[in-house]
Amino acid sequence: MSFVAQLLQYVITGATVGATYGLAGLGFTVIFNATEVINFAQGEFVMLGGMLAVFALRWGGLPLPVAVLGSVLLVSGVGVAVDRLTIRPLRGRSVISLIIVTIGVSILLRGGAMLVFGKDTFALPPFSSGTPIAVGGAAMLPQSLWVGGVTLLTLLLMKLYFDRTLLGKAMLACACDRKAAALMGISVDGMVTLSFALSALVGALGGVILAPITLTSYDVGILLGLKGFAACALGGLGNPFGAVAGGVILGVLESLAAGLLSSGYKDAVAFVILLLLLFLRPAGLFGGRRVERV
Amino acid sequence: MSRTDRDGAFFRGEGISLRFGGVTALQDVAFAVEPGQLQAIIGPNGAGKTSLFNVITGLYPLDAGEILLDGARLTGAPTHVVARHGIVRTFQNLEIFANMTVLENVLTGEHLHGRYGALDALLRTRRFAREERRLRQQAEEALRFVGLQDVLGQPAGHLPFGSQRLLEIARALGAAPRILLLDEPAAGLNVKETEALGGLIRRIVDRGVTVLMVEHDMSLVMGISDRVLVLNYGEVIASGTPAAVQQNPAVIAAYLGEE
Amino acid sequence: MLPLREHTHLLGLGLFALGLAVLPFLLGNEYYLTVLIVGGLNAILTLGLCLLMGYAGQVSLGHAAFYGLAAYTSGILTATWRWPVPAGMAAGIALVLAVASLIAVPTLRLKGHYLAMGTLGFGLIVYIVFNEATALTGGPSGFTGIPKLSVAGWRPASDRDTYYLVWAAALLLFLGAQNLVRSRLGRALRAIHASETAAASLGVDTQRYKTAVFVLSAGYAAVAGVLYAHYVTFVSPGSFSFHASVQLVTMVVLGGMGSLWGAVAGALFLTVLPEALRAVEDYDILIYGALLILCMMFLPGGLAEGAQRAARWVRALRRTPQEEAAP
Repeated sequence: MSFVAQLLQYVITGATVGATYGLAGLGFTVIFNATEVINFAQGEFVMLGGMLAVFALRWGGLPLPVAVLGSVLLVSGVGVAVDRLTIRPLRGRSVISLIIVTIGVSILLRGGAMLVFGKDTFALPPFSSGTPIAVGGAAMLPQSLWVGGVTLLTLLLMKLYFDRTLLGKAMLACACDRKAAALMGISVDGMVTLSFALSALVGALGGVILAPITLTSYDVGILLGLKGFAACALGGLGNPFGAVAGGVILGVLESLAAGLLSSGYKDAVAFVILLLLLFLRPAGLFGGRRVERV
Repeated sequence: MSRTDRDGAFFRGEGISLRFGGVTALQDVAFAVEPGQLQAIIGPNGAGKTSLFNVITGLYPLDAGEILLDGARLTGAPTHVVARHGIVRTFQNLEIFANMTVLENVLTGEHLHGRYGALDALLRTRRFAREERRLRQQAEEALRFVGLQDVLGQPAGHLPFGSQRLLEIARALGAAPRILLLDEPAAGLNVKETEALGGLIRRIVDRGVTVLMVEHDMSLVMGISDRVLVLNYGEVIASGTPAAVQQNPAVIAAYLGEE
Repeated sequence: MLPLREHTHLLGLGLFALGLAVLPFLLGNEYYLTVLIVGGLNAILTLGLCLLMGYAGQVSLGHAAFYGLAAYTSGILTATWRWPVPAGMAAGIALVLAVASLIAVPTLRLKGHYLAMGTLGFGLIVYIVFNEATALTGGPSGFTGIPKLSVAGWRPASDRDTYYLVWAAALLLFLGAQNLVRSRLGRALRAIHASETAAASLGVDTQRYKTAVFVLSAGYAAVAGVLYAHYVTFVSPGSFSFHASVQLVTMVVLGGMGSLWGAVAGALFLTVLPEALRAVEDYDILIYGALLILCMMFLPGGLAEGAQRAARWVRALRRTPQEEAAP
């Protein structure tokens, strides 16, 4: 392969993985926009999306589309459960308390997955069969098209949701000013639950579309979650479009680093970028909401 | 010992403007306070009174203007530096330290006046013991001054609302301020408590502390203030003695217009 | 009142020290000593983290990285470059203090969860470096041949000696933390935790204090790290993973975030517990998660709050019959 073709290959691979980072980041954004809480368990929603789909196929023998959709909906339900059982009772507590609780939830979900599914890695069959498509000397899996399509569609729907629907605006109102939103008749608790459901759904989607390309296992959640947060921070916390764009950029940078420098340090790329962002430009590439100084 | 600058005003601000996106909170606001004076800042809701306090204490960065204390330029200084210059405030929505006792709250108020460092604390030197004793005596005195001497050891969060307001004042006094900013000290107090508060504030001024007070309670303001500054929609519309301000047609219009 | 309470605190510490001193003679098995040594190291770690989380109110999710950084640095300097052990230990601690200062300055300016994420990211970077820089660190299988502990010319001759050394260090660091907390510096920290705005308005330079506590807590972890490296004479990345950082946070939370005694209790409890849970090794991760959640929901003050509540309950029980007896 020529050097250009190789670069193109890295970019395609990176953008594909990056879309999942972006969807994970989107999940962070949704919950943050409604509650100002960073949900440390977000990565586990991504993990569960892929894992549940795998086992719906294995144990249930369900057809792929049903397994995929079912898994995503189920994880959305898990998100609701997490909110009702652990977040809602701690309404109004300090940031530290909520952070610790979401960490606890993340550990619990990961541990549960390990016990139920074991420690192996698994693969999901691609959504549509077919040979890789040639793109200027590089090869693109048809699954990448699925990834791109689903991500763009999700982005569009999210943007419509927050910009045009009353429900979406109500959610934003809760993050801006809880009391005022409540006085306007918005059920803040309901909005928070909805944000968890949405965020889990989006995260699971990211997990399930990527599973056919990269293997999934019980412990992929930590890294995916963190990279999702880096994507979020890169795009500007609170900006859905920025989160996805940030994810794609991150994925591409990571892939280039792995290909051109060293594959062992690949995972460190996202965190180095995260730290650099925090050092230099906390508001992210696209600004987003004003980063609150303490 | 205090130098007065060209204009002769001890503590003053001029041309202060503050904007939040499209909203102008303060527009070309000027104020001047003489040492030992009690000046009240009044105005309808949203007039920018607390914003002015926030700008003075460095909580918000101002977009234009200058703030000077005794010749020293405080414009844009961070909050803790403003405190170092002797400007201390209380808060409209109480910010007492609920994780400490009443006494500890006031001891924390004296933070800047504790003359020992980390090493003294670690090694428990004689200086540490001496200073802690002194700080404690002064804290007890401040609490006696506001009338909270009987609840020293209680968790601050357990006090009734009126006492918490007094605690915040005692804590601020612990910092031995030159200028005390009181942000709606009478909010939530009943008539008797407000009267007692008025007496307390006058006693604070008698001790030599310059007081700047944001308030809504007109009887309190007119009863004890030496000067009154009136804000409306972020601008100064009147400034003078309580009597003069009360008869100012612009002020009357501003308040009546609110209905 | 102050002088009396001071003496009470010292008395408590003294009794604890006495108990620790006597303990080795009561234990039947040398193995329990090693568990207690690890417990002592964990106590040092949690003391530092407690200062950061409980007093200053900040979260660090990568504290194991400071632990590991100090351990690896001292280990590599003394084994590969033949530095004398005390010099290696000092260098390990110094490096960690420098790195902590670097991360603290920008991240502490932002809200709590940014620091949490930043420290988590930092922790993972360090973990990846431990795994990848094989030439320097030995990679995933670890780094052996670290010389044994030697402090001011004295070498611990047995586990019992190491036990006394580690716990002497822990108690000294406990005293230091306690003296800091019970001073105007400690009050400033607690003020920052309660209301940063009010603290600043009273002249507290919140940035400096938060940075100082963060670096101090990293320093505590570094002390534990260098002791660990030269005690076990072997380090591997697995001991300093995200899992390890979470364990530390759990210990602090379980012990009760605002209490130094709680930190020690939490450390001991969660060091001994896995030994008891040996049979269910894979389930320990579930138990940590559950503990964190349940603790936050029902006993946010941890074991310290539990102890206080128990003491109050006992006092209430004893008071009632006396009140009934009064006319």
